[in-house]
Amino acid sequence: MGMEEKTALTAIKQKYGALIKDVFERSARRVYVTVDKKDVPVVCRFMYEELGGRLCTASGIDTRSGIEILYHFMFPPDKQIITVKTKVPKPSPEIESLGTFLPAAIWIERELYDILGVVFRNHPDPRRLIMADDWPDGVYPLRRDFKEPER
Amino acid sequence: MKRTIIPLGPFHPLLEEAEFYTLHVEGERVVDVDIRIGYMHRGIEKLSTQKTWDQVPFLVERICGICSTSHPMAYVNAVEDLCGIRAPERAQYIRTIVCELERIHSHLLWVGLAGHFIGYDTVFMWAWKYREPILDICEKLTGNRNHYAMMKPGGVRRDFNPDDFPWVQKEMDKVITATEMFTGAVLDDPVLHARTKGVGILKREDAIAYGTVGPTVRASGIPDDIRADDPYDAYDRVDWKVITWDSCDVFGKAAVRLLELIESVNIVKQCLNDMPEGPIDAKIRAVPAGEGIGHAEAPRGEVFHYVRGDGGNSPIRHKIRAPSYVNIPSFKATCVGETISDVALISAAVDPCYCCTERMAVLDRGNGITMTGKDLVELSRQATKRLKEDYGAETPVEKTIRKLMTKEMV
Repeated sequence: MGMEEKTALTAIKQKYGALIKDVFERSARRVYVTVDKKDVPVVCRFMYEELGGRLCTASGIDTRSGIEILYHFMFPPDKQIITVKTKVPKPSPEIESLGTFLPAAIWIERELYDILGVVFRNHPDPRRLIMADDWPDGVYPLRRDFKEPER
Repeated sequence: MKRTIIPLGPFHPLLEEAEFYTLHVEGERVVDVDIRIGYMHRGIEKLSTQKTWDQVPFLVERICGICSTSHPMAYVNAVEDLCGIRAPERAQYIRTIVCELERIHSHLLWVGLAGHFIGYDTVFMWAWKYREPILDICEKLTGNRNHYAMMKPGGVRRDFNPDDFPWVQKEMDKVITATEMFTGAVLDDPVLHARTKGVGILKREDAIAYGTVGPTVRASGIPDDIRADDPYDAYDRVDWKVITWDSCDVFGKAAVRLLELIESVNIVKQCLNDMPEGPIDAKIRAVPAGEGIGHAEAPRGEVFHYVRGDGGNSPIRHKIRAPSYVNIPSFKATCVGETISDVALISAAVDPCYCCTERMAVLDRGNGITMTGKDLVELSRQATKRLKEDYGAETPVEKTIRKLMTKEMV
């Protein structure tokens, strides 16, 4: 392990090398690929449709300079998780939805809207997922500026 | 044909957890299904960032009561990925044993429930009877029937006592005999065939599109198993095989779980034999800044954890994805075209676990009303008062209790 060629990663580098801003190979099994938010759908579509990657989930993190979104794809033959990283600027974070071609992304994108307020353009089913119906609009519990009410 | 909407939930006819299905039906046929979750959302991802790295396993262990060790397993994998270390070999074997014992009792629990759901209570009683010795083994080895609290970043909390091993081996042999008999009986039962074959088909391409995991995807012929695809613990050192089934239906999901039981028993037996001596904890001094991904194959499929640290004492972000979170949306593919009576069985076939899927705090909803524990007790008192007014001086419960008391006195 470690020396063998990771085919999925090579294919991504070959096809979309120009779009990739950074590749960080944390270990043989964990790779992080940073791309601009406008390039996320095209790269993810290639990983899912051509390379057979399985979208495990997406993580959203509120940082000082914007909201980071990480799409984790698993490639079983390579024994590798390739994470596509991007950043969407605040105060109104927006990115194109993957749910249009990848059903696995529909729920997690709804959750990311619930907890971080990221708007996914052209999402096939833009409703709340986990927060209660009477949760106030514009309050996102995993934002840095969220304050828990006094009890 | 006229379309009717049938609500199913939020209190589910089969499961103990709350979720809500809106079934769109034409006659008996389901033409669309909408799933609403969020009733069990407890905010665990947020809570986790308020705990230290060492406390988080206890928190994530309580995400689910059945697969209580899968979440800590994935979490410690993530932290160890972040630190760039691996647990000592003995700890890896201990972890493997705990994970596999959990898989055995979880699968047996599911088989029992599945039998119960289709009105076949003999299967229910058999399966749960054979589950009991597994829980005894868990108690002997870890000290608990569930919530073992064995995992910690860098190793395990307690060592196994080798004096217990001969007894455990003997018990595991009994489990093999019982499971083989039981598996044969269930897989050959004409009633079960009639009820589950061809029902709730999850086509290969749908299984891939929804990103389903665990026995759900393996019953559609796809050999996805994190234990083989990204081996952690001792899974690359023991002899076992990934179980798949090509029928894509409810029967296939049952078959995969039953056959996996025997694989798991064999993994446990090998680990007990091969367990090396040595330390059980790599003793992590500090967790550096950075990010880590860890996953583990829970009984229901892949559990996925992502952590990010800033060099401090607790994670600044902890993302958790449970297997049911990707398995439940596949109902859109499996329930459509089936009859209403099959929906409950199909939904049970993925062994959904909602507590895991949503990870409540009482919050100010913007209208200035904040509920405290006191308020809730007061609400409950008012409800009892209303009941008393409706029924006269006594509620039905009080009446029953009074009757029982006087009877005993007599």
